[in-house]
Amino acid sequence: MTAPPTVPREIALAAKPSLGQRLGQLIEPLTLLLPSGVWLVLFLVIPTLLIAEISLVPGLRPGDVPGAYGLGNYLQIFQPVYLRVLFRSLNFALGTTGLCLIVGFPVAYWIALMAPKRWRTLLLVVFILPLWTSSLLRAYAWITILRSSGLLNVVLQAVGIPGQNILNSPAAVYVGMTYSFLPYMVLILYSSLEKLDIRLLEAAADLGANPAQRFWQVTVPQTLPGIAAGGLLVFITSLGDFVVPTLLGGASSMTIARLIYNQFLGPTRNWGFGSSMSMLLILAVSLAIALLIRYGDRNPENYS
Amino acid sequence: MTAPPTAAKSAAARSAAPSRFRLPFTWQGVFSLGMYGFMYVPILVLAVYSFNASRYGARWEGFSLRWYQSLFNDRRIFAALQDSLTIALVAVGISSVLGTLMAIGLAKYRFRGKTLYRGVSYLPLIIPDIAIGVATLVFLATAGIALNLWTVIAAHMVFCLAYIAVVVSSRLKGLDPHLEEAALDLGANPQQALIKVLLPQLLPAIVSGGLLSFVLSMDDLLISSFTAGGGVNPLPIEIFSRVRTGVKPDVNALSVVLIMASGLIAAFSEYFRAYSDRTSR
Repeated sequence: MTAPPTVPREIALAAKPSLGQRLGQLIEPLTLLLPSGVWLVLFLVIPTLLIAEISLVPGLRPGDVPGAYGLGNYLQIFQPVYLRVLFRSLNFALGTTGLCLIVGFPVAYWIALMAPKRWRTLLLVVFILPLWTSSLLRAYAWITILRSSGLLNVVLQAVGIPGQNILNSPAAVYVGMTYSFLPYMVLILYSSLEKLDIRLLEAAADLGANPAQRFWQVTVPQTLPGIAAGGLLVFITSLGDFVVPTLLGGASSMTIARLIYNQFLGPTRNWGFGSSMSMLLILAVSLAIALLIRYGDRNPENYS
Repeated sequence: MTAPPTAAKSAAARSAAPSRFRLPFTWQGVFSLGMYGFMYVPILVLAVYSFNASRYGARWEGFSLRWYQSLFNDRRIFAALQDSLTIALVAVGISSVLGTLMAIGLAKYRFRGKTLYRGVSYLPLIIPDIAIGVATLVFLATAGIALNLWTVIAAHMVFCLAYIAVVVSSRLKGLDPHLEEAALDLGANPQQALIKVLLPQLLPAIVSGGLLSFVLSMDDLLISSFTAGGGVNPLPIEIFSRVRTGVKPDVNALSVVLIMASGLIAAFSEYFRAYSDRTSR
């Protein structure tokens, strides 16, 4: 008997181990962490570093031998036509975030604080259930509603309003994106509102605050971390969204995600430029997260 | 009514002001009801149109099963479904094992670079699919790997791993760490402690993480588009290429079938989550 099994492991580790023992101790952590680690390095870290590299090779097309490094791809982004695309993507993302917040807050508030208590979990699950269905088909559903011979116009004409041409316009993108990402917002706002201390609202009411004051001076500050987290999630997801702008926005709604797609699979095929746009997208997303961590809730685990 | 005393007090205070007329419902409730409608009307519209005999019009021209008939005779759809299922099942199967091991390893050990490791494992949840997709394409092209079913599976494993590890990690945090120690003290070796004590407790989380990543894999358009090549045609790519040119009634029928399938998966997942919550307390 070298070591009785009841020796606490801390003591066994503290004793000076031989080389063989140290290798033996490494086997378990390596089996646990190495396979995933290798996979993530191979299929995520190295690829990302690779596009960072080729984003610095101007005008690289598939099959080309990489030429000299330069910032040409990044300078190309500053051409007015591409700046407009960036501006539009940002508008879609910010607009969708704002719409989801305005529309999602009352819903989350009602489920978390006003609905009958035993129905709350079920009500929340029912609201976020559409997230489980295909995002492609949910966007497609809006084509059948918004197209010129679609349901919306049939209904509008029935009540005497002339038909609208919403499909293939920015408005359709806002509707489609809000529809797609609203459940995320409601989910996060709900978990924030659920923790709201009702006694604070009652104290404010006792001290004479009117409903508007209670909302803006108690509820909103208390749920600010949730608002920030929900806003960030919707912002990031809609900034990188490809399906909704492509299916509902038509030619008028070129976004950064569609532009990147075209550089790799579309007719244009400029890998260097596509990579620089892709790096810009990753940078924008990282910046948004850094802002949240800097000014929002300090515990990023809350959002995982 | 079993209202708590504070609520009763404020309710009494409110009813003490008789001039205030109170509606039986609140604007938040009415608004929320409307938003439930907003979430479900498009799905219902698809379902209703899938039974509409008309090909183009939005008007109802009679009940018909012809779109379901043409769907079930559509070889391309079934081949695409087979591709998608193969990709999702293999990617989720491997990722469930590796992702669980990763979550256990991250919970158990401290080592240099752990923050970096954890950060990298969160990246697939944060970086937009399009950026991951093009990066993988460039990597595969640079490494000279031909695109096929396995490249799609390899790429899907990245996000499946991440989602499964996140779900399992949060479950691990809620577990009693003394149970595994007790098993070790009672003479179990580390493998036995893992298989007989830890894994049964993690199973609900592994199942719900697996279901989540299965749904995400079945739904993925972008990463598949960049890693599939010509020979592989997963369902989202097939659907996308059909609907980008307009409304296709047989896609309506397909939507109904797929939405019902994902509803079933969601129900399973919620059941397991509830089970998981119950047993972690």
